[in-house]
Formats: sequence, C-alpha cells, structure tokens
Amino acid sequence: MNMIQGLESDSLAENSEGNQYLTFLLAGEEYGVDILRVQEIKGWDNVTMIPNTPDYIKGVINLRGTIVPIVDLRARFSLETIPYGITTVVIVLRVNSDNGSRIMGIVVDAVSEVYNISEEALKQAPDFGQAISTDFVMGLGTVDDKMIIVLDIDHLLNSSVLKAIADQGEKSA
Amino acid sequence: MPTILAVDDSASMRQMVTFTLKGAGFTVIDAVDGVDALAKAKTAKVDLVLTDVNMPRMDGISLIKELRALPNFKFTPILMLTTESGTGKKTEGKSAGATGWIVKPFNPDQLLATIKKVLG
Amino acid sequence: MSIDISQFLDTFYEESFEGLDTMETELLGLNPGEADAESINTIFRAAHSIKGGSGTFGLMNVADFTHVLETLLDEMRDGRREVIQPAVDLMLASVDVLREMLTALRNSEDVDTVRVAEVHDQLEALLKGGSADAEDEVVEDSGEADNAIGSSTAGWSIGFKPLSHLFKTGNDPVRIIKELSELGAIKASADLSAMPEFDLLDPEECCLAWQVELSGEVTEEQVKDVFSWVDEDCELVIEAISSAAAEEPEPPLSEPEAAPTPAPVAEADPTPPAESKPAEPKPVEAVAKKTVSAAAKKPQAAESGSIRVGIDKVDALINMVGELVITQSMLNQLGEDFTMDRVQRLQEGLSELERHTRELQENVMQIRMLPISFSFNRFPRLVHDLCSKLNKKIELKMSGENTELDKTVMEKIGDPMVHLVRNSLDHGIESPEDRLAKGKPETGILHLNAYHQGGNIVIEINDDGAGLNTDRILQKAIEKGIVGENESLSDEKIHELIFAPGFSTAEVVSDVSGRGVGMDVVKRNIRDLGGVVEVKSKKDAGSTFTIRLPLTLAILDGQLVRLGDETYIVPLVSIIESLQIKAENVNSIAGGAELYKLREEYLPIIRLHEVFEITPVNTELVNGLLVVVEGDGQQAGIFVDDLLGQQQVVIKSLETNYKKVEGLSGATILGDGTVALILDVAGLVTLSRERVKALKNQAAVA
Repeated sequence: MNMIQGLESDSLAENSEGNQYLTFLLAGEEYGVDILRVQEIKGWDNVTMIPNTPDYIKGVINLRGTIVPIVDLRARFSLETIPYGITTVVIVLRVNSDNGSRIMGIVVDAVSEVYNISEEALKQAPDFGQAISTDFVMGLGTVDDKMIIVLDIDHLLNSSVLKAIADQGEKSA
Repeated sequence: MPTILAVDDSASMRQMVTFTLKGAGFTVIDAVDGVDALAKAKTAKVDLVLTDVNMPRMDGISLIKELRALPNFKFTPILMLTTESGTGKKTEGKSAGATGWIVKPFNPDQLLATIKKVLG
Repeated sequence: MSIDISQFLDTFYEESFEGLDTMETELLGLNPGEADAESINTIFRAAHSIKGGSGTFGLMNVADFTHVLETLLDEMRDGRREVIQPAVDLMLASVDVLREMLTALRNSEDVDTVRVAEVHDQLEALLKGGSADAEDEVVEDSGEADNAIGSSTAGWSIGFKPLSHLFKTGNDPVRIIKELSELGAIKASADLSAMPEFDLLDPEECCLAWQVELSGEVTEEQVKDVFSWVDEDCELVIEAISSAAAEEPEPPLSEPEAAPTPAPVAEADPTPPAESKPAEPKPVEAVAKKTVSAAAKKPQAAESGSIRVGIDKVDALINMVGELVITQSMLNQLGEDFTMDRVQRLQEGLSELERHTRELQENVMQIRMLPISFSFNRFPRLVHDLCSKLNKKIELKMSGENTELDKTVMEKIGDPMVHLVRNSLDHGIESPEDRLAKGKPETGILHLNAYHQGGNIVIEINDDGAGLNTDRILQKAIEKGIVGENESLSDEKIHELIFAPGFSTAEVVSDVSGRGVGMDVVKRNIRDLGGVVEVKSKKDAGSTFTIRLPLTLAILDGQLVRLGDETYIVPLVSIIESLQIKAENVNSIAGGAELYKLREEYLPIIRLHEVFEITPVNTELVNGLLVVVEGDGQQAGIFVDDLLGQQQVVIKSLETNYKKVEGLSGATILGDGTVALILDVAGLVTLSRERVKALKNQAAVA
C-alpha cells in the first residue's frame, strides 16, 4: 500500500484540524487514534456474546441504551490475547463510513496520553506484514523518542465488521 | 412592536410569513381560516391583518367584511394575499373593505417592504 | 438580506401531498352531471394552495402545471364548464403527475418532464376545446402599457382627493404621500376647503385633499402604482410637468375593465370531440400503468419522518413525566438516608414508579398510533382504476377505518395489502358476465375490514369472487415439487400453499398483480413485522385474507430463557408450549440431528449452542427443557436449561452499530443492565434446518 496516498486521503484531511491523538498501549506498542473520534473511555465490563462472530469481536455491551459491539484489538491484530485486568480499558469510538456512522468499542491494554502530532510529522509506515495491514495505519509519529502507530479507525473497524459478514457468508456456504 | 394577524390555510405559508415577520420584530398571531381569525381578532389588539382569499369555512372576503364590522377594525389595514389572475377578487376585496393586496407568489423581502410601507 | 424560506419546504410538501389526497378522494366521489359544488370547491382550493405554495417556494414547474388544472377547476366551480367523466379522469391523472413531481423534487431526483408535458398538453387541450365561456383576464395590462410608453418627464402634478370613506379601507393618505416622496422630491399642500365646522366634523370621514408636486425621473406608471390600492376611493388627477404633450387627465374613477376578447368558441377547434376521445383512454391507461409506480412511490412519500400529535396528548405526557420526576426524587431522598424500617415506603415508591412508567409507556406508544384509514385511503383510487382496466364491476366496502396501529407498521403493511387487493381484483372477482352466469350480482364486492384483537390488529381483505382454485393449486405444487404426489392434504393446507416460495398459478403473469412479487414475499414482509397472514376460501363464494399484526414494533412480550451462562429472549407469540424433556422421546438421526416425538409429530431439536457455535455448559438434554416454537410455517423445539420470567422487552437494534445476525432479531437490555439477545424463531428454524441438511450431506459423503 502506498502510504503517501494514505497521507493525502480524506481521512487525513479531516485530521488536519485536530492533530491531537489519544494513545494507548497494546502488547508493548503505543498506538494513537484521532481524539475527535473518541466518544468515551470505559473500564472493562461484561459483554454479551454474539453467535457466529470472529474471535476478535467479543460481543456487545449496553452503552446507555444503545447496543455497541466491542472489538478486541489484540485478537484483531493476531497478537497473543491476555486476560482482562484492572487496567484493561474500552475506548468507545465514532466510526464513519459511506453509510453513516456507528459507535464501536476497542479493548486495549491501557490508555496512555494525548499528544499533538502535526501532519508533517506523520511518516510513512513500512509494511508490518499480514496482521496489521497498512490500510489500518495512517502513519508513524514520534513523540519524545517514542514511536506512535497512528491508526485509521474507520478502515480498521469498518473492515472488521465487513470481514465478519464475509466470514459468516463463507461458513454458511 | 406592531401586532400582525396572519391568516392562511396553508401551514407552509403561515410558517414562512410568521418567520419573516417575527424576524423583523413584529408580533404575529396566526390563524388557519376566517373563523379562527375572527375569533382571535375579537380578543387581540391587531395593527395589521394579512389574509389569504381561498380558505375553507370562511374565506378571505367574508373575513374582511366581518372584521370591518368590528369596532376595533374599522380602520385597521387589511391586506389580501391574492394571485395575479384574481382581478375579480381584488375588486371584491375592496368592496368588502380591504386596504390593498399583495400578489402571490411573493418573497419575504417583498412582504416586509409592503408591510413596512403600510405601517409607516 | 435574504431570508431562507427553504426550511418550510418540508411542511409545504406534506401539506401538498395531503391536498393531493383530498383532491383524489373528492374527484373519485364526483358524479358527472350532478357534481357537488362544495366538492369542486374543495378540489379547487387544494389545487390553488399547491399552486400558490409552489410559486412561493420557487417550484415553478409545479406552479405552471397546477395553473392549468386550477383554471379548469375555477371554470367548473363557477359553472362555466361542465363536469364530465373525461375531465375527471384527466384531473385524476394530473393528481398522479403532481404526486410524482413533488416526490421527485423532495428527493432531489429528476422530474419526468415528458410525462408532465404530456398531461399538461392534455389539460390545455381540454381547456381550449371545452365548453367554457372564456373570460379573458389577461388583457388588463395592455391598456396600461400604452400609457407607460409616455415615459418619464421632469415631474408630475398630482391632485389627490380621497373620497370620504377612504379611512374605512384602512388606507392612510399620509402614508400614500410618503410613498410618493420616495419616488422623488415633493411639495405637498393640503386643501382644506371641504372641511366642515369643527362640531360637525366626523373624524372617521376624510375631507381633505392634497396637491403634490413631484419632481424627478419618474414614470406615470410609478405614480399610478402608489395609488393602485385606492384608485376607486379617490379622485386622482395626474398631470405631467413641463412636458410637450399634455396628458389627458385620468378619469377620476376606476380604470376601465378590459373589454373581454370575444371568446374563441366559434374558432373551430376542428376536433373537439375527436380530441377528447383519444385523451380519454390515454389517461385511464396511463393512470393504470402509473398506479404501479405511483403506488410504489406513494409509500416513499408517505414514509415521512414526522408525525402529527394532538396537543392534548403532549400535555398529558408532560403531566406524566412530571409525576415520574416527583416519584424519582422521592425515591432519591429515601435512598440517601435509608434504614431498614423504611422498606415499606421504598416498596410503595417503587410500585408508584412502575405505575407511572407503564402509563408513560402506554401513552407514548399511543402517539405513534394512527388510524388505518391512512392506509385504506389509497384503495378507492386503486379499485377505481383497476375496474376500468379489467372491465369488471367492483364495489369497495371499508369498515374499521378508525382502528389504530403504529405508524411504521402501517407504512410497511401498505405494499402487502395492495398486493392482496390486486390479487382479489385480478384473480378473485370474476368478470360481470361470469358472475351473471353463476347467478351472482354483476358487481363484485371487495371488503376491507380492520379491528383490534388482543394485542394485535387484524386486517381482513374479503372478496365474493371465485375463491381459490384448490385443484390447480395442488397440481402446481406437485409440479414444483413442493408437495409429494401422494400426499393427502386438507383444503386449508392446500390453500396455504399459495404462500410457498416461487409459487404462482397465474398462467399469464398480469402486470396488475405484478411480476415476481409473489404471495411468499407478502408473507415474508408480514412476518418481518412480527405478524401472520392466513387465507380462507370457498369455491365460488370468495376468499378472505386475514393479516394479524402486533400493535407495535418496538416492544415485544418475551420469555426469558437460560442456556448456560447466557440469557436469551424467545418472543411469546412464537411459543406454543414448553415441556420437560423425556429421554425416550428423543430420537437421533444420521448426521447428528435430533428429533423429539411430541404426540404424533416429530420436531427437530434446536441446540442453540450448536447453531450459534458457543461452548455449551450443559449438554444433557434430559436436564433441560424444550420450548416448542413455530416459525416459518414449521415447528421446532429449542433446548434450554431453564425458563426464567416473562416480561415486556424493548427491542434494540443490532444493526445500528453492528450488523444483522442470523437467528437473532435484535437485543434488549435487562433490568440489571446486561444485554440479552432476542431469538428470531423463524430464522433459527431455517438455520437449524440447513445445518441438518449440511450434516446429512456430510454424513452421506463420509
């Protein structure tokens, strides 16, 4: 994937106004998401499992009356999953697609910080291999000598749902 | 600020007129037809009446006649909202006691200009 | 400064669609020859409103089209034009065209200009060729134009003498003179000569006159305009200042009415009778064809995002919320300093809370309820059009129009009802000749009825036609492999077959009943609404289709069941019975499927954890219960560990933030805040059946 194209994509244009990112930890790496997309941060609560879903979709929760699906990012990235603990956190995000927007939550190890990263400071990411498609990554930022992997939340979560639909289609075939 | 009684059986017209007039600082009383307007006129202090002509129950011309019979409305400016083809209506309206007319379709600016002209 | 009036467009569209409905209803009720004057007036007013509004909001194509229609109606209400059937039919077609235009404009789609022009031309033709005493109203302007050519001069000398009653028209001479001053510089002098003695002075009468010298580049037209409202209420003399040609003093009284141009009646429109003839079958046919798209498009227009609520209902709700708030703060207070001796107060408070909440819920649900007449109202037109198209005589009877149901349910039941009605008209009711041959009255009867029963609304569509052809249905079903050759089925069971997928006995797929929209789609649509449809029929007596729907989509009565750690909801309406599983009644068949023998039938057993691929906690059937359900025309038994309570649950969508999941019809939030999934019984039955088939195939291959 050509990351330079990614940098010029619409989603980045949206970001150019708010260059603040909420970062979180996942398996030793620090990732970032556009702060404007973060609706809230919750502690881990019980989910209701949904049948016939891939393992990275844990289930759904009740968020003040709305049913919200929860994605386990470790599972999504095919990383080793760990038991949930006190620092386990769910970040509730607003995800945009052509059909409108949805609310979805991601399970992460812990929340880190809020950083300012300007457009120019976002560098092209190298190929991470199969697990994390570069479609999901908007770029790499550097803050205090740390590398932050900035995620394209729309791509990541929308594709997760689509993949779930596709997988289900395969199963019933 | 002057109070205007706006009468039209079309909700969209009422909304448009009310919005325009309120925006210009007028107080607006709206009514859906002649019967409604007459009832409201009897208990309110009205400085100008805007009325459509074609309405159910009581039409504009009858309303004008009834209003003119009320002591408070002897000299109140009453404007008819009429379509261009209605020359007959204009004459009828005048015989009933209308002050003048505004030709439909009109835009908000035209409405305001005419009202300001009449109210001075 | 420009005020944006597009915010009122929505209201305009809504009231216009309502107006069109009114026009249609009244037009259908018009009896040519003895047309009801009030009815014509109503139709005129509706058209007039649409014309006015569309002009105001800049929808000029609509305004232009409606103008001709309005002119026709104006002539009719004045008695200058006869109300004849072709005219009525053409006007009905115009209503259709307007509906399409407004729908297209509302959805920002293209208007079918060809169609619009077609009907517009027909209207014009009717207008010209018809028997109207044409009163030409156009001419007024031309008279003035001549004078206006006089162009501007250095100024005008204006003698303005109001008649004594001028004040009583609400006009004010001062205001008029002020207006003149806006055209140019003025010098005004008052003429007090007509003023009586003070004690004889009547302040309500005008006895003053003015002479105004207006200088500037002003046309006579502009001057006359200022006096346009009062030209009959004053003596007006307008003279040009320092102009070579003296203007003729204006006649003091009103401008001459334009002489009516002799009506072109004599003007031979060579084919007025011939013209109306081709116009006649065209609109009807075009109408019938358009009914398909109009009926299809109408629900689009009808599916608006707003609802009208009586203000009394809103006030009642406000009161209820008020009481709820009071109860809540009372409970709050109790909670702050709670001691065990106040338990009773707590219970009382909670029971009040429950009462208020229930009341509020019932009343809010009520708001979404509308009478079914909104849906029934499309049928007079439909029946009227199809009657002509099919050359049948059919009388439409409707009852129970006031029966209320949820707005969304009503919008979605429209299409299925239309299909069933079309079916009755097309295949059910026989042609007049056939009916007479059978000894039936020539005119067939179609009866639509609606009433409440339990928590449901029942809609009956009944015709006194030929009834379902049992033999042909059975034959077709055998041909399609839906039933075996030697199966013996009761008449009822055979009749139910018409709802089977892919079933259609019509030899020629008439475009009246629609291509590819079968009874199975109707049944599925009704099922999606949580309802059922049945048919009862008797040869030569007729058929009755009965639709049963829940009164609301958002809430359902559910049975909570436990399977392992999970709680699921089974809709009560799908449950037939629940029983303890007896081991001896369980039979396994090849491939892992299990059947339960219940009385004389064998029911497939659905193990949810297998269908949903969840790790089970309890796999021993005998320790659990079987919930016997019916879905998709089949019965099955769902294996659960435990039955928990029954309660009303609010259906929450899974699709909003996630997606549709097979076997689930949604989710709900339980009292403890956790999410419970609602089972889609029909979907589960299908899923399970397919799973069994797949397993069988695997077993066969192995």
